[in-house]
Amino acid sequence: MHQEYTVIEGDFVNAGVASSSVKKTLKQLNVNPQVVKRVVVALYEAEVNAIAHAYGGTVSVDIDPDKIRMVVADKGPGIPDIALAMQEGYSTARPEVRDMGFGAGMGLPNMQKNVDKLNVTSEVGVGTTVEMEVNFQ
Amino acid sequence: MTLREIVKILNATVCIGENHLDDEVTKAFASDLMSDVLTLKETPILITGLCNIQTIRTCDMACLQVVVFVRNKKPTEDMIELAEENDMILIGCEYSMFKTCGLLYEAGLNPLY
Ligand SMILES: Nc1ncnc2c1ncn2[C@@H]1O[C@H](COP(=O)(O)OP(=O)(O)O)[C@@H](O)[C@H]1O
Ligand SMILES: [Mg+2]
Repeated sequence: MHQEYTVIEGDFVNAGVASSSVKKTLKQLNVNPQVVKRVVVALYEAEVNAIAHAYGGTVSVDIDPDKIRMVVADKGPGIPDIALAMQEGYSTARPEVRDMGFGAGMGLPNMQKNVDKLNVTSEVGVGTTVEMEVNFQ
Repeated sequence: MTLREIVKILNATVCIGENHLDDEVTKAFASDLMSDVLTLKETPILITGLCNIQTIRTCDMACLQVVVFVRNKKPTEDMIELAEENDMILIGCEYSMFKTCGLLYEAGLNPLY
């Protein structure tokens, strides 16, 4: 099953719409609730990043019988040092982002902790792509 | 402790979820940082001063059902709508985060960590 969502820069009100919809789908498919939580926590953090740090982008989700694959691709400033960005506590978030309850440098670490596969690729001045996979078993 | 007892202790008002007031809860977590709430492995009640749509979305992702807003923060219409969809309970009180936590701790509500 394939699903696509668009995220818009600065659109904090709709941050989480994709994750919420994926949650409903996975529940209907009777995926283990603990696995669902891992999927949606990671996807939500990625969605927030595309809205907070980039100029929006797309979320595409592929659900197979045994796993889910999620790709959040944005157009944005990119990440100059991915290893640094992955460190817990590292954040360049604007006050606006902090006002929404994010911006403590926990997003990428939260993704890492919850998924089975995480791949972040980025080109400065072009954008960032976050690929994640979670196995259902 | 029941949610009804919590409402009484905090002299709080129930924004939505009246039908759940006899539900029992045992643990609480207090934070304004949603990324931290997303790390929780259990589903305590959330005590927070962060009152925006992301508070509700975070609870949806983290499977939390009960939120206590401190310092007289009032949820907006779109927050209430989303919370209703998720069968959540939203409670509001005037006390500070510190006092809210202190009173509930004293009454026997357990910390998550
Ligand atoms: N999609 C993105 N585009 C540009 N920079 C990003 C993106 N995602 C993350 N970053 C950078 O990595 C940092 C750490 O991200 P994260 O761990 O999610 O923490 P936070 O979002 O709280 O700052 C961000 O502050 C930002 O500098
Ligand atoms: Mg983030």
